[in-house]
Amino acid sequence: MEDNYVLEISGVNKTFGGLKALSDINLKVKQGTTHAIIGPNGAGKSTLLNTCIAKLVPDSGSIMFAGQDLTDGMTPHGINQLGVSRVFQTPEIFPELSLLNNVMIPALAKRDGAFKFDLFKWLRNENQLQDEAMHYLDDLGLADSSDIRAGSLSRGDKRRLEMAMCLIQHPKLLLLDEPTAGMARHDTNRTIELLKKIKEGGMTKIIIEHDMHVVFSLADHISVLAQGAIIAEGKPDDIKGHPKVREAYLGTAEL
Amino acid sequence: MDSVNPSSKYKDTLSLIIFIVVVLTAPLWGKFIGAGYPDLLQKFAIFGLFAIGYNILFGLTGYLSFGHAVFLGIGSYTAAWSFKLLTMNPVPAVIFAVLLSGIFAAAIGYVSLKRTGIYFAILTLAFAQMGYNLAYSVLTPITNGETGLRVLRDDPRVLDNALGVQIDGSPVGNFFGIEMTGYSGYYFCAIMLILGFYLAMRVFRSPFGMKLIAIKSNQTRMEYTGYNPRPYLLAAFVISGMYAGLAGALMVIVDPLAGAERMQWTASGEVVLMTILGGVGTLIGPLIGAVVIKYFENIFSAINESGLHATFSFLPEWLENIAVTIVSPFVGDGWHMTLGVLFMIVIIFMPGGIMEAIRRLTAWVKRMRG
Repeated sequence: MEDNYVLEISGVNKTFGGLKALSDINLKVKQGTTHAIIGPNGAGKSTLLNTCIAKLVPDSGSIMFAGQDLTDGMTPHGINQLGVSRVFQTPEIFPELSLLNNVMIPALAKRDGAFKFDLFKWLRNENQLQDEAMHYLDDLGLADSSDIRAGSLSRGDKRRLEMAMCLIQHPKLLLLDEPTAGMARHDTNRTIELLKKIKEGGMTKIIIEHDMHVVFSLADHISVLAQGAIIAEGKPDDIKGHPKVREAYLGTAEL
Repeated sequence: MDSVNPSSKYKDTLSLIIFIVVVLTAPLWGKFIGAGYPDLLQKFAIFGLFAIGYNILFGLTGYLSFGHAVFLGIGSYTAAWSFKLLTMNPVPAVIFAVLLSGIFAAAIGYVSLKRTGIYFAILTLAFAQMGYNLAYSVLTPITNGETGLRVLRDDPRVLDNALGVQIDGSPVGNFFGIEMTGYSGYYFCAIMLILGFYLAMRVFRSPFGMKLIAIKSNQTRMEYTGYNPRPYLLAAFVISGMYAGLAGALMVIVDPLAGAERMQWTASGEVVLMTILGGVGTLIGPLIGAVVIKYFENIFSAINESGLHATFSFLPEWLENIAVTIVSPFVGDGWHMTLGVLFMIVIIFMPGGIMEAIRRLTAWVKRMRG
């Protein structure tokens, strides 16, 4: 049924100079599923996510989300307010602020919208917001360091912080760009567990990932991108055995 | 640390009380540091307000404006016109000055904030220089050009006339019978300073303030987190412009004369120096920076060559002459040389300004105590 799709990418093209970064991408993401996008470096995975959040405007095509075309003059904050949050490949956090404030800021955006002149409110009276932020920090194992500067975290911890910042917004669609890159195995497993837990809550996710262990533990559906085009898609089991995929991307890798 | 870190109600109340006491007793303690006279204390309060407001833009959002003196000028002219046309009472002068500088700040900010970084700074500078030159040329009917706008005895002052308030001698600001000269002038400024400080504290401790710091920290993340940074920046710009307008009005209230020179780029630069010297992004730092600069300006610019000769008179005459030659470029009109050197030392060794020095010192003392 048409209604079941949260995101519908149709006919998206993007060219940088002479390079065809995305060619005729068609992709549908079902409500409540985890859709993985895999492919070699430079295949256009991050570019595709960038077109979804108005970081890049595609040359042609449309990206429908919640009845709106995200490529049609939407602003990044407008898209976020519709319910799309993104974890970036290089963590985008607020280095000068405490972990607690880092997580409170997205929660405020969710509650109060893109602009609120709340100059005469005391931040310290936002107890409910603080509790919620602490709850998410705790989920990501960062509660003990809630009052330290976010800039002093390790790369893996910054990534987890960014995840908390996205999750507190309860997005309708969560975009994850290599959420476990730079994490130790222990933390990777923890992140997988967390993402599984979120999945049970019905959040729809698109995940870009190189770690096949992560992909096959989480994905319901996989699209394989190579040189800007989708060369295969299907259920994880189909993808594992797909000859074209083995050739283009997986090579001799053990699955 | 003065940022939006969770700060207790108790701590904030305590610092506010200490602040009020220190400001209100300034005429007493000022004597001990040679600042116990009203002219200088008025300057402390006025430039302190200017810097506290400027810091809400520069300190919190990181947007460096090089043209905030234009709002100082607008505030001054507005206050002078309020004195000329309505009444010598400073209250309407303050209200009109703050409102008008706010309106101008909204317009200038709207255009300037289309750019960031160096381009933003250049745009604000361009607007300020435009204001300065307009005040000297085509706007002469409003600004009285080079002579400066003076409040005269035979100005209309419709409100005062209607209420039968008489002006004897040259007109001075008059707050319901209290003349705005000397210490009463200072206390009027002091009350404005306390209000301005309290408002700045509210900004620092509000979600709004935290979001401003977040914009400084990572504007990209703000946008992808669902915020539209533009209205936040504009609000900060307008608030800081209003503080500058208030400071400009106070200048006229304690001395009813408005000149275009206070809109010059050097005045815009001075508030940047005050903010950085005191500590960018800290609540009290910019005020301390303003006080330190105005205090040393007062000392250094008063020294002249004969004073130096007297100071070094214990030396043999040839050595005395050499000493005077070396030191004299740094005093009197050359005081800006001293300021420049001071500023370089701070930037190189203590980028966080005086507040960072205090922080390091307290940390060191704590360590020494074990």
